Amino acid sequence: MSTKPVSGPHVAAAHNIDGIMRKVIIALLPAAGFGVLIFGWPALYLAVVTVASAVLFEAFCLKIKGAEALPYLCDGSAILTGLLVAMTLPPWAPWWIGVVGSGIAIVLGKQVYGGLGQNLFNPAMLARVALLISFPIEMTAWVNVSPPLTGPGPTDSFSITFSGAAPADGMTGATTLGAVKTGFTQNQTLPRLLDDYSGFLALIGWERGSLGETSTLLLLLGGLWLLRQGIIQWMIPVSLLGTVACLALAFHLIDSQQYLGPWVHLNSGALMLVAFFIATDYVTSPNTPLGQLLFGAGCGGLIFVIRTFGSYPEGTGFAVLLMNAATPLIDHYIRPRIYGRYRNGKPIDISHP
Amino acid sequence: MFVLFEHPRLRGGIHAEEHKSGTSGKPIASGLPLPKKLYIPVQQHVGKAAEPVVKVGDPVLKGQLLAHSQGTISAPVHAPSSGTILDVLDYPAPHPSALPIRTIVIETDGLDRWSELSVPDDPFALDPEEICLRVGAAGVVGLGGAVFPSAVKLGLGRKNKIHTLLINGGECEPFLTCDDRLMQERAGHIVAGIRLMLRGMDAPDALVGIEDNKPEAFGAMLKACLPFPHIRVEQVPTRYPMGWDRQMLRYLTGWEIPADGRATDIGVVIHNVATAYAVYRAVCLGQPLISRIVTVAGDTVGNAQNVEVLLGTLIAEVLAYCKVEPKRVARLIMGGPMMGDVLPRADVPVVKACGGILALSAEQLHEADVKPCIRCSSCVSACPAGLLPLEMASRIRANQLDAAVDLGLKDCISCGSCSYVCPSNIPLVHYFKYASGELYKRQQMEHKSAQTKRLVEDRNRRLEKIRLEAEAEAQRVAEARAARARQNAAGGQAQQAAVAGENA
Repeated sequence: MSTKPVSGPHVAAAHNIDGIMRKVIIALLPAAGFGVLIFGWPALYLAVVTVASAVLFEAFCLKIKGAEALPYLCDGSAILTGLLVAMTLPPWAPWWIGVVGSGIAIVLGKQVYGGLGQNLFNPAMLARVALLISFPIEMTAWVNVSPPLTGPGPTDSFSITFSGAAPADGMTGATTLGAVKTGFTQNQTLPRLLDDYSGFLALIGWERGSLGETSTLLLLLGGLWLLRQGIIQWMIPVSLLGTVACLALAFHLIDSQQYLGPWVHLNSGALMLVAFFIATDYVTSPNTPLGQLLFGAGCGGLIFVIRTFGSYPEGTGFAVLLMNAATPLIDHYIRPRIYGRYRNGKPIDISHP
Repeated sequence: MFVLFEHPRLRGGIHAEEHKSGTSGKPIASGLPLPKKLYIPVQQHVGKAAEPVVKVGDPVLKGQLLAHSQGTISAPVHAPSSGTILDVLDYPAPHPSALPIRTIVIETDGLDRWSELSVPDDPFALDPEEICLRVGAAGVVGLGGAVFPSAVKLGLGRKNKIHTLLINGGECEPFLTCDDRLMQERAGHIVAGIRLMLRGMDAPDALVGIEDNKPEAFGAMLKACLPFPHIRVEQVPTRYPMGWDRQMLRYLTGWEIPADGRATDIGVVIHNVATAYAVYRAVCLGQPLISRIVTVAGDTVGNAQNVEVLLGTLIAEVLAYCKVEPKRVARLIMGGPMMGDVLPRADVPVVKACGGILALSAEQLHEADVKPCIRCSSCVSACPAGLLPLEMASRIRANQLDAAVDLGLKDCISCGSCSYVCPSNIPLVHYFKYASGELYKRQQMEHKSAQTKRLVEDRNRRLEKIRLEAEAEAQRVAEARAARARQNAAGGQAQQAAVAGENA
């Protein structure tokens, strides 16, 4: 019989880190699988390389740290980070982009802070932003939709991913947000720019974009499943998407020639991925419901501002990193009210009921 | 006023697996054989330990006073059965430390003869003071687990103009069904106890809160309260820790007790249902608190049930009665699985605080490795008190106890909801208990050093005074000597003068 002086509770919920990571990965898989389906073999190779290198980097760091690697590797957090990095990359990016991305995410984004649970910034977003700034050409080569059957075969794809054979000019184009941004610089106005834009194709994800970001629908379904499973809370996704939608609607109503409508915003770029899978990252988001609402609204506002007024067509990475930096501040000032006390911590005064 | 919700929103809490169905349907067993020896610790309550009034070899009757209460906050203990006093010794306490405490051992004679009991003709006509006196003399303490002397609480109530007596029938801990069974089987007696408490405090109304996973108990209490419109019975949602008295009060009435105050400050007194029953027995039957209902459960218990156990019975005997397989027991717990204490051994007595004995196997314990905190904030949503367990724990890990206090460490009720939901299995409550203990220790140290400083200063002052006195004395002596010398000198001169005069 145990004589260890343990404190209660002596029972616990069947709920652990491994399970949480596994569920998030499962929720991401449909969207990632869809990316592979529409962008062909190179996308699959890139995803595999990115995830595998993420796991290797994690193992390497743990070894240096002298920690026992296996239990940490088994928790699935490195796989999840690798998968998220892969999903934000252009689908036909060369292999080393994936490796560098994983390296930044795992080593600089996570392990130098002390590993799981210690990082200030979301590792996947850190990798995305670092890559975008360092390798702008590779990071903005958006390939057309090219399913495995009509696109290059397994062997040709191998050379696309591994020997840097750049896709032919006719194979690439701009994303919706990119096209709109470029169009404005050429003094074009919106209705014309969106001539060949289909809201429905954008919803299911049949368009140019990052490997796992195109399908709004599948990401939304994955996110809703996570909500139902109780893995994430509604505050961040709702406030983030709500803020983007409200701002977009307001500006669109003021001038529909210059500002994209909410539907296009919600359907484009990394918004859904960020709202449900990135901004909700436990480690880098606030602890309290109110703090989370603020965080989501901050992310949404920054995304809209960068997309609309910044020089980058897409601003989710920057927005999330900025709000990550604000998280300790939010957590410091926004705390739950303690029972029997006012918000400022003073005990409730009963002499004036 | 427009009211959107009937009740205030419940904060935090968890839905733990209940494990109650195995015992809630079985009647309370009273067939536990009379033990050969009974071990009665003189401290079974909050406050000062009782002082034995019996000697080794004395014959005692059932219900006879063994030790009387000391000071204002204390409670007496009584003989649970008739027999002889075998010993008064230090015996391991039912506590995680199993440190010995003063215990009276009775060798029972098997006759179970009652001492003479004083039964009033009409208990409900007694003076409030008289009710409090009888409750106090019967050794009734809070049986929900806090074991605070009930008479003291009633006395406080009488002084503080109480408008509501809240009776806590929440029993939110998993496994435990002792209050549930008590309400199902003895609702009438509980209601009698509630009426006596109301009279004892001169309070008008009572409110009984019962979790909605106990429909039979709720029905029984509702029926028993029908003739008494001033006792209202209400259901509360099943959500641990609903039985936290402040949580239940807030849910049922919307009133919140200030963090630095007591329930009596807002005109409320809160008692447990089992305490109400004990009050009934003390006042109406004249019987002191010598037995209680104990839930014996866990997956190693062959016959899980509620048992009426004489206080002082060894837990091992209760386990044997309920057919526990000792080999499979990985952890023995006194109380519920959320807040109960680990018992390192089974040969310790059942005391007033013991509402449950759980014998859990290794499979049921769910012990997993501790992983790093991923800041998922499950603990924040689970905390009923509105604290930030993850932040407090990280401060305590860094030994910044004051920072943890700023975050509300002292408002923690140790309910264990945070540890329960933690996906990393971090023993958060353990951290908080450690920190509270450490703070207490530091406070004691400070107190001690302040005391030492005061003593040293006193001593210095004393020494200084002695020195000054000695100096003054020395000066006085010196002056006196000088004066004498002068006198002598003056006398000498006079003599010389006289001599000179004679010579002249």
